[in-house]
Amino acid sequence: MNYHWNWGIFWDASPEGGGTYADMLVSGLRITLAVSVLAWVIALGMGSAVGVLRSLPNPWLRRLANTYIELLRNVPLLVQLFLWYFVLPEVVPEAWGDWLKSLRDAPFYTAVIGLGLFMSARVAVQIATGIAALPRGQMAAGLALGFTLPQTYRYVILPNAFRVVLPPLTSETINTIKNSSVALTIGLAELTARARAIQEFSFQVFEAFTAATLIYLAINTIATVLMRLLERRMRVPGYGAK
Amino acid sequence: MRIFSRLALLSLALVVPGIAQAQSGGTLQKIKETGTVAIGYRESSAPFSYLDDHQKPVGYAMDICMKVVEAVKAELKLPNLKVELTAVTSSNRIPLMANGTIDLECGSTTNNVDRQKQVAFTNTHFLTASIFVAKKSAGVHKIADLKGKTVVSTAGSTNIGQLNKANAEQNLGINIVPGKDHAEGLLMVETGRAAAFVMDDVIVAGLVAAAKDPAVFAVGDEAFSKPEPYAIMLRKDDPSFKALVDATTARVYKTEGEALYAKWFTKPIPPKGIVMNLPLSAAMKKALQNPSDNADPASYGN
Repeated sequence: MNYHWNWGIFWDASPEGGGTYADMLVSGLRITLAVSVLAWVIALGMGSAVGVLRSLPNPWLRRLANTYIELLRNVPLLVQLFLWYFVLPEVVPEAWGDWLKSLRDAPFYTAVIGLGLFMSARVAVQIATGIAALPRGQMAAGLALGFTLPQTYRYVILPNAFRVVLPPLTSETINTIKNSSVALTIGLAELTARARAIQEFSFQVFEAFTAATLIYLAINTIATVLMRLLERRMRVPGYGAK
Repeated sequence: MRIFSRLALLSLALVVPGIAQAQSGGTLQKIKETGTVAIGYRESSAPFSYLDDHQKPVGYAMDICMKVVEAVKAELKLPNLKVELTAVTSSNRIPLMANGTIDLECGSTTNNVDRQKQVAFTNTHFLTASIFVAKKSAGVHKIADLKGKTVVSTAGSTNIGQLNKANAEQNLGINIVPGKDHAEGLLMVETGRAAAFVMDDVIVAGLVAAAKDPAVFAVGDEAFSKPEPYAIMLRKDDPSFKALVDATTARVYKTEGEALYAKWFTKPIPPKGIVMNLPLSAAMKKALQNPSDNADPASYGN
């Protein structure tokens, strides 16, 4: 290897102006975190709703939920982001399309919604599986006690189901953070995009990607630890492994 | 904590051989031992280095590199010198050069002071300025006309840096959108997503020439930068190889530089017979007659 290492590169001024290369990474990290958190909120919200629909007795609602899940789960995230970003503005009425195209920070909103919906299909499957894993008697007991179906879900089924699926949801949280890097393809200046920009400007490719790797490792480790704490607090005695 | 100490070890393992081998035998020695010179080309950097209709790398920079290959052949007395061609991208050209997969990168890489801390460049073969292209109907001519509009440039390029700087210095309030590649930049102007695309003039010329209707686009009258030098890239700290490459390119530019330039920038080029339509400028003519590996744009002034 004939490579000139320069770990001090992060303290050099970036040619973009207004800061050092380290500042570029920090700005990328901010965007990665913002996209991940907002996308995860959408994923949990939509995923829970669709997961519940999939477990309901009504066959039409189940089919609706299954269609949603299969559509979003079977198309690669990269393709979905391209569809939202490039194709959607061309198929809606022209005035809306023009508004979408001139929207400031369009890559950011597209990434949040696109990633959120993609992850929501995965969350929906987890939630539906969690509900299906509960003993059938819980539903029957709830209804027998005089709860309506929504009340049975709210007070009996969902509190149990969410606890059962917390461990797989930890993986989905981390997947959301990692998948946010795909948004660089629609021009979002998130962490991976910033690492690429640093290597493009300075040619210090290994330093740039080592830094990005360590940052991803750190935020995902923190996310895992927080989720583990939550899992421990929420665990139902006698449920699950351990 | 164990994982972190392992990571520290791993990064140390990466650093130490880098230091140890920085001084070992040069590229000429390597070429002599392997009987092969390894050239990195770009798949779509027309007209510098790209694939023609037979999937063969061709272009202005490829022609120059082949002259260097001839010179290496003569210098090392290796009539059967093999040429190994490897496609490179802007993301992998540095690792591939550092680990010896390629000896020369023949494309459209900008020579600047920051990059010279990592690699070396031979004499400049092209000068490009950062300009903007918009739809003719939009009526934007000066940089100030872009005030408050959405403007795209390629993510990670030097151009987007210059756009950011102009935006801040002249207080233009431009909404700067990074595009993932050059083609997307022009696409965004074509579809109305951006008012203008900021890029190297030669890349704009190539994209516009290949567009469905080149007549809808117009290039602005003002540039974001002085013309920056493009050069063939080689490994740093390899004086014998650099001397040979520099001497060869200097001779080629002085004797047949203008003919090579005309072949790729003013005449139809493969695969589709597109004409770049970029006549030789005064600064470019001077750069060919006075070969230089200077990274400072000011040194090439008219």
